[in-house]
Amino acid sequence: MYRKIMVPVDLAHTDSLGNALQVAADLSNHYDAPIVYVGITTSLPGPVAHNPEAFTRKLNAFAEEQASRHGITGEARTYISHDPARDLDTTLMKAIKENGVDLVIMASHTPGMAEHLFASNAGYLAQHAPISVFVIRS
Amino acid sequence: MSDQSPPISLEDDQTPDGAAPSPEGEADIIETDYEIGQDNIQTNIGPFGLDIHNPVFLISGLSIVAFVFATLAFQNSLGPAFGALRTWLTGTFDWFFLSAANIFVILCIVLIVTPLGKVRLGGTEAEPEYSYSGWFAMLFAAGMGIGLMFYGVSEPITHYATSVAENAGTAESWAPLAGAPGNVAEAERLGMAATIFHWGLHPWAIYAVVALALALFAYNKGLPLTMRSVFYPVFGERIWGWTGHIIDTLAVLATLFGLATSLGFGASQAAAGLHFLFNWPDDTTVQVLLIMAITGMALTSVVAGLDAGVKRLSEINMVLAGLLLFFVLFTGPTASLISGFADNLIAYVEYLPALSNPVGRADDNFRQGWTAFYWAWWISWSPFVGMFIARVSRGRTVREFITCVLLIPSLVSVFWMTVFGGTAIEQVVNQSYQAVTDAELPLKLFVMLEQLPLHQISSFIGIVLVIVFFVTSSDSGSLVIDTITAGGKVEAPTPQRVFWATFEGLVAIALLLGGGLTALQAMAVSTGFPFTIVLLLACYAIIQGLMSEHQVVKEALAE
Repeated sequence: MYRKIMVPVDLAHTDSLGNALQVAADLSNHYDAPIVYVGITTSLPGPVAHNPEAFTRKLNAFAEEQASRHGITGEARTYISHDPARDLDTTLMKAIKENGVDLVIMASHTPGMAEHLFASNAGYLAQHAPISVFVIRS
Repeated sequence: MSDQSPPISLEDDQTPDGAAPSPEGEADIIETDYEIGQDNIQTNIGPFGLDIHNPVFLISGLSIVAFVFATLAFQNSLGPAFGALRTWLTGTFDWFFLSAANIFVILCIVLIVTPLGKVRLGGTEAEPEYSYSGWFAMLFAAGMGIGLMFYGVSEPITHYATSVAENAGTAESWAPLAGAPGNVAEAERLGMAATIFHWGLHPWAIYAVVALALALFAYNKGLPLTMRSVFYPVFGERIWGWTGHIIDTLAVLATLFGLATSLGFGASQAAAGLHFLFNWPDDTTVQVLLIMAITGMALTSVVAGLDAGVKRLSEINMVLAGLLLFFVLFTGPTASLISGFADNLIAYVEYLPALSNPVGRADDNFRQGWTAFYWAWWISWSPFVGMFIARVSRGRTVREFITCVLLIPSLVSVFWMTVFGGTAIEQVVNQSYQAVTDAELPLKLFVMLEQLPLHQISSFIGIVLVIVFFVTSSDSGSLVIDTITAGGKVEAPTPQRVFWATFEGLVAIALLLGGGLTALQAMAVSTGFPFTIVLLLACYAIIQGLMSEHQVVKEALAE
């Protein structure tokens, strides 16, 4: 059914990803589809890492850890964004295209008033991506 | 199901072999336990998420709100007070502003010629993220923008007129240096030299120093992109405490008032232009409406983000400004403007030592009223321009960086001033067209354009340019203030940018109503003064930081 799954990861808030990671691993096992864990960073020092290289190392470690824990094939891809507060959606769209995935599984919060003004990232992807998007509410 | 989250340590930034991680290639990371965002408050106000630095956001936000209300409440009594404050500061500390600016220029030139210029921002292997054209468009739109429109015609013509006047050189005169009473040719040279002095090496050196300091400590040293990081070599770990809070708060306030001054200039010039062209009323109501409309446009741009909003608008600006520049060049006295470019450069070099001399001069009005005011104004919004340039300058070497931020923009300023000022002076001298001399400052540009063909179109482009420059200053300013007040985080939620963009507009409106441009200028100068001291310390930090960086690179090469 699905050949390759993409899971966007926010390394600063990995604790809120639990459900999405589990669902992704289950589907990965079920369809025998590898997972691409996608992380987005800026070239500036941030809370997660001081530079893109350190960020990439952390994301790779995260992907390896997920793969061995769930017994799946997982790889990591780092994307650099100039202005992640605004470019996140387009960067994720780019990642979908470049990695040839056919399913996105991502965590999202419960939508509220703010979503009328600023769409959530998951909401944006579900609306604009040409492939299936599975939004996991925390 | 948080127990399923992987055991990934965010504090631990070490590579498997225990060595500190480097950016791309070699760089000298500063080891600190400070974690970016550790002092931030992440909360929700109503439906909006916030991620703000405590206490920098609260102090600067509350003082700005209080300032807006106080200015509006006491608007009639504050005007003279603001005027007196500006005169006192520029009159008492003119030598200080002038000396500081000279130090910045000298530091930049030293960095170009010494081996320290070889250090690359972001590590030895870092690659530039923006092309030269995109980079240049953004730094020019942020750095001068509205000022070039406002003063391009008015400043050369004013200096020329005061220099050639019979009273030049006396205490009442506003002429630069001793002026050139009755000597038209020399007054023209002096007028251009004095203008270029204010728009050439000195302002760009101020920006370059701030930008270089920020870029170095963020990209090479791994500290957050905020003013306090620059002072690590001076204050050490104390920058994460109140020392740093004060520096960052000062940077925010200086940026806000510096921006508001530009916005005030922009609004008064756009209103004057609309009055001139379409006979709209030119009063504070129109100016306030303009600020509101333009702040609305800035909001749209700031919500669109750095690449989709700010960068695109800056590029549109460059094209429009280029069109206007070449239009004036070809419809004006083309041949004399082209030869004037070289002549003005020579005049600039010739008068530079006298104009930049901080002591023992008799031209008090000029030195205090023009030069010291300009230096304070550039310095007050240098955190903004500097931070913005820093953010888009990763991957350049220090030498490349300073050449591009100091020399090229200075040359463009010389060319701009030559074309606009030269055309206006030519109209006065050879065509006896006195209207430019007599017009109000914000109007001079349009009065000059009226003498050229197609003036309806070119004046309209002029107004559009003022407005778009206004938008780019306001939106990039909000990005910068938002980053500082989020403790160096660039991914803070968008509603915070909306807050700052809105308050920049409100500060400009409050100050325009509560004392006009004088109030704006006074606030810019008063925040510029403490920040000058901050910048002098930053010079020391830059040299310190670059030397250790250079050392690491040299050792790596030797291995």
